[in-house]
Amino acid sequence: MSVIVGRNSRVVIQGLTGQHATFHAEEAMAGGTNVVAGVTPGKGGTTHLGLPVFDTVAEAVAETGADVSGVFVPPPFAADAALEAIDAGVDVVVVIADGVPVQDMIDVKRYLVGRHTLLVGPNSPGIITPGECKVGIMPSHIYRSGRVGVVSRSGTLNYEAVQQMTALGLGQSTCVGIGGDPINGVDFVTCLRAFEADEDTDVVVMIGEIGGPQEVDAARWAAEHMTKPVVAFVAGSSAPAGRRMGHAGAIVAGESDTATAKMDAMEALGLAVVRNPAQIGETVARVVVETGAGLTRVAAS
Amino acid sequence: MNVHEHQAKELLGSYGVPVPPGAVAYAPHQAVAGAAELGGERWVVKAQIHAGGRGKAGGVRVAGSLEEVGEIAADLLGSRLVTAQTGPGGALVGRVLVEPAAEIARELYLGLVVDRGAQRVSLIASTAGGVEVEESGAELVRETVDPALGLRDFQCRKAAAALGLSGPQLRPAVALMRSLYRCFVETDALQAEINPLAVTADGKLVALDAKLSFDDNAVARRPTIAALRDLDEEDPKEIDASEHGLNYIALDGDVGCIVNGAGLAMATMDAIALHGARPANFLDVGGGATPEKVSNAFRIVLTDPNVKTILVNIFAGINRCDWIAEGIVSASRELDIDVPIVARLAGTNVEEGRRILAESGLALTAAENLDEAAAAAVSSLEVAA
Repeated sequence: MSVIVGRNSRVVIQGLTGQHATFHAEEAMAGGTNVVAGVTPGKGGTTHLGLPVFDTVAEAVAETGADVSGVFVPPPFAADAALEAIDAGVDVVVVIADGVPVQDMIDVKRYLVGRHTLLVGPNSPGIITPGECKVGIMPSHIYRSGRVGVVSRSGTLNYEAVQQMTALGLGQSTCVGIGGDPINGVDFVTCLRAFEADEDTDVVVMIGEIGGPQEVDAARWAAEHMTKPVVAFVAGSSAPAGRRMGHAGAIVAGESDTATAKMDAMEALGLAVVRNPAQIGETVARVVVETGAGLTRVAAS
Repeated sequence: MNVHEHQAKELLGSYGVPVPPGAVAYAPHQAVAGAAELGGERWVVKAQIHAGGRGKAGGVRVAGSLEEVGEIAADLLGSRLVTAQTGPGGALVGRVLVEPAAEIARELYLGLVVDRGAQRVSLIASTAGGVEVEESGAELVRETVDPALGLRDFQCRKAAAALGLSGPQLRPAVALMRSLYRCFVETDALQAEINPLAVTADGKLVALDAKLSFDDNAVARRPTIAALRDLDEEDPKEIDASEHGLNYIALDGDVGCIVNGAGLAMATMDAIALHGARPANFLDVGGGATPEKVSNAFRIVLTDPNVKTILVNIFAGINRCDWIAEGIVSASRELDIDVPIVARLAGTNVEEGRRILAESGLALTAAENLDEAAAAAVSSLEVAA
């Protein structure tokens, strides 16, 4: 088991013939991901990386049974590509693009209402279940298969946390980058719920940043619903108020938006808050020992 | 992207939102001529800067004569207005807006925001309009808009009722809200604020002040909005950076930062702060950073005279460490860098990147991880001091 994507996922890449998509599709396939098709409008009927290329996602789904789509198209076209994948009925659509207009994403979120598709992103590194399935742009070699679930807004901070854990021998079940935009797909709570239910995850790392209420909302949810420990870090303690720090959603608009306020609130809710971004890995290791996370599994097996 | 009040009012006016007549002036004599043309006996002269808090800072003043209009304009134009939002350096006033002074019966607040909680646009209305609304925190109504339906009349009527706009004021209020929403959607706005929305002594609604900000990611498809950009309102270094695809924000410390990814850039700043120093900037080189882009990042960071050391922290996913390393090498050859450099590379093509740095003969400190990198950068400050 794993979360959202796994060894049974059949992946279609929208924009497969592009440079970045080609690089990351090849890397994903080398790492075991079952990529079954590409979609590039106008190039239907050709092959790329040995994969059939279709004009539409609907055709790709009908012909190959694809159930996960990685959207690797530029920001101005990303929302339409995501809508197309949702319309085609895939279970998961992952949008990598950074710079998708906010109102486009509001429309995409509206289109998801009443449909079963899970959206990851935009402005996301993607999602990886190490050794099974990668739909994204993360450097595969730092990931190890294991039992820590990771969910973050930032991509590079997700890599940072993962490298620290891997260096300590702590592998990951699934790592999700939910993206740095204010309007996005799966949120922290959705991922925490999935990790709580996942029998291959023992402990969860949640990495947030300044701006918005979602980290504290998620911590509240975790306090009420989770048995597994959650380690949390929020980036931006040193960020000034009122300035957008790169990510469209990363802005301190009020007192509760600051990293310190969020971490204080999360700590009060019982999460294992780590204040130093260089100590995420060792904190996970400590929490695993202190809480005995996963011990019941070992005892049962 | 933000625009000036007068630009926001012109835009809203073109959508049917009632705004006062006004004249923009870049020189005192233009302000006087504008006031004379507007007519009346009392005028408001308003400094046009993007930052809020102008009223309390003396940037909005009433004149009782044309002569006084000229005096106020002369006083404001060319001055640096310091408000609660500008920082201590203030903002240069390059233009003023002159409007006839209105007789105000009530001041309300009306706004549209991208509502992260709802993941939709919400209309927010409050009876606590005026300069105090930021502090009051009072919120009366919030109507969330289904993007497939748009803002509907019934929602506007609910908001109008909550604002006490009834009888002959109801229809104009509904029309105003719908115009505001249409403007918001058609310009890819992220925030639209009418504060105050005034009810005048004769019962009319008028947007006495307006603030619009737009989605940077959508400006390319909105040329009329792009044309409203005022580069004088932006930090020249930030403009330079954005022209090279870099995201740079000047801060007030002395450790220059060159990082990829907004989250890691913030975490790097945090790590520097935890080691007892302060970052000089936020800088995200983004994805697909070429050697040229990295070289430009060094150049921009070094234009800040406070920078005493530079910390490069790259965790390459879509980036390539070898390109980053080449950028560091060429920057140090071209730019005559006289501050220490600490570089931490990780991720895609890291071995190649480290080899390029090692073989370059550059006197830089290579760090294995984030903590080591922050510690090395901070201790290099102490050595320099």
